[in-house]
This record gives sequence, structure tokens and C-alpha cells, in this order.
Amino acid sequence: MGFPPVVIGLTVYLLLSRSGILGPLNWPWIPQLFTVPAMVVAQVIIATPLVIGYTMAAVSEVDPNLRLQVRALGATPRQATWTILQEARQGVIVALVGGLGSIISEVGAVTMVGGNIEGSTRVLTTAIMLETRRATSTSPSAWRWCCWG
Amino acid sequence: MNAAPLYELRQVVKSYDQRAVLKVDALDIRQGEILAVVGPSGAGKSTLLRLLNFLEFPESGVLKYRGQPIQPDATPLALRREVTTVFQRSALLAANVRRNVEYGLRLRGERGRQAEIQAVIERLGLTALAHKQSRTLSGGEAQRVALARAIVLRPTVLLLDEPTANLDPYNVGLIETVVAELNREQGCTVVLVTHNVFQAHRLAGRTALLLGGNIVEIADTQAFFESPRDPRTSAFVKGEMVY
Repeated sequence: MGFPPVVIGLTVYLLLSRSGILGPLNWPWIPQLFTVPAMVVAQVIIATPLVIGYTMAAVSEVDPNLRLQVRALGATPRQATWTILQEARQGVIVALVGGLGSIISEVGAVTMVGGNIEGSTRVLTTAIMLETRRATSTSPSAWRWCCWG
Repeated sequence: MNAAPLYELRQVVKSYDQRAVLKVDALDIRQGEILAVVGPSGAGKSTLLRLLNFLEFPESGVLKYRGQPIQPDATPLALRREVTTVFQRSALLAANVRRNVEYGLRLRGERGRQAEIQAVIERLGLTALAHKQSRTLSGGEAQRVALARAIVLRPTVLLLDEPTANLDPYNVGLIETVVAELNREQGCTVVLVTHNVFQAHRLAGRTALLLGGNIVEIADTQAFFESPRDPRTSAFVKGEMVY
């Protein structure tokens, strides 16, 4: 569900780079490349279709008469929406967990837009990838990153 | 009974997909009355209730409540909350009975009426079911919960859309008794849509026949059933096909 993370990473990279569309603008609310905010942007774009898709599926399972009924009981539109989401809470939780799962194990996009910079943008997944690439499987540093992060 | 009409409908038309499903030339609903609306399926009865509950609005004509014209996005919330509906299919929350009954009060921010909630639960024979999950209830039990959820709000107007369809005689009797008491003791105006002409005869002070979106006849219940003016009403009351 959604675009491949590498595509998202490349797109965000191209947008934020100095030769990209948003990079040269230097607006304070546009994150710079190779920063944590840039990684967050990529992760949000990756997770959003998943969360929205699962949430929509969960909401569509709720009794369609319920929305009319809660309005008839005096719910404002916001209250009605909140009630429907509560009725679909199991599916919403699945959506959030699914979204979290999709980004917590993500490597490609965060490496592209974060740069895997030690002490700054290096996260568990990128560190594991780095250490397992340059170390043997029995290397202490590889095991350390795998176990402790 | 206050003679001033609570609802006034004039030249009201409601359409779906460019097909007029309701065309009411004139209808007054009096405060404190029980009005039964009978008619075949597809006559526009449920549409009428949705208009009266301000869930939908007519394309043309005037709908007034308490003398105020009702407009989309311009109806005060407090006014909208004077009216509530119990639908044929009770859409309950995935919670226990008590939480369902409390729901409307929570919407209004009213949290201190436990005694009243308990009284309504007892009145509708739901005491033993108060902590049961709604999904485990039978159809009759669920409909009683839906009614409890509505009447605990002390509505000015209670709209009932075939509330006892497919229920056993015990539940039908209980619901009818509670509705009659609500009308008698609290002066609640009730508009009852029903296929059950006997129920209309038992409960309603006035009865209206809706056919093809039009009100064919509206009269005191006794006159409606014993000496209808319109031949279609006469045929309907006799159980003959009028559509």
C-alpha cells in the first residue's frame, strides 16, 4: 500500500536538495537534507497511505446507520466523527501499528534523506545496515547494534 | 395541549436524484400530540422524519419549528437537540447498555444524571442487562436500549421510525406503554411512523396517510379509521392495495 520507500526517499531527496525545488528557498519550515526533520518528512509520507487506507477500511465496517443515529441524538459533526472513529478503534489501532511498523523498519528512504550521519541521523536500522556491511557476522559491533541499537 | 403548532410544513419538497420523494403541501404538528404516519413502503415516511429531525432539509418550501424557519447550517444546536429519533434498526455503540443509554447525555456534557439513567433503564426492563455488551442483545432488547437512549434526553419531540417492527408482543407492548407515558407525563410530542395500523389506532391522537410522498389524509385517529374522507384512506385501512 503506497509508494515504495525508495521512491519516496528519492523524491524527498530531490525536493530538499540544494539543486531541488524546495532546498534553495531556505524557508524555516522546510527541513534541510541530511537532518532528522527531513527523515520525519519521508517517514510521514511513507506511513500516511497505510494509515489512511487501514483507517478507511475500518470506518467503512462501522454500521452505516450509526452516523445518522448519532446525529439524531444531537452529535455535532465533530462528535459524530469522533464516535465513528471510536467504533472503529480496533481498525484504527491496526492502522497506527501498521504505519509504525512500516517506518520503524525502514532503511532506504531514511538513508537517502538522512545520510546515516553518526550522532545525528543514524538510527537503528541504518546502523545495523552499516555495521553488517562492513563487519563480519561475528563482529562485536554488529552484534551490539543488532541487540542494543 | 398547546394549540400552537410545533412544526409547520408548507409546500415542502424533498428529492433524491431529481426524484421528488416527499411533497407536503401543508402539515402542522401540534405540541404534545402523538401523530401516527402510515403508508406503504417508499411513501416518504422516513424522509419526513429525517426532515423533522433536521438531518436533511427540503429543496423547497418552508419547514418551521417553534415558529423559526429551519435552514441548513443555521439551525441552533440547542434547537436540534430538542428532537431525537429512534430508528427501526437500533444502531448501538460497541459498548455496554449503560454506556449506550448515557451516550446522548455525554454528547451534551451532562454527566450527573445517574439516577435518571438508572430509572430509565429500570423502566425499560434493562436492569439485568445494564452491563451487557450491545452486540449480545436480542433485537427487542436492543430496541429498548435505543428507546432508553432517546427518552433519557427528555426530548421535546420523539420521532419513532417503525420502532416495534419485527418485535415480539411483549416488547411491542412495553415500548408502546413507555411512549404513551412519555407523552402523557412529560408532554413529549411523538411522531410515529408505523406499518401497524393497530398500533396507530392504540397510540395516536391523529393519523396521517402518506402515499407517493403526499399526505392524502390527516385526521383524528378515530375519524381516520372509522370514517375516512378519502377513498384511498378507506382502502388502506381495509388492507386493500393502494399502490
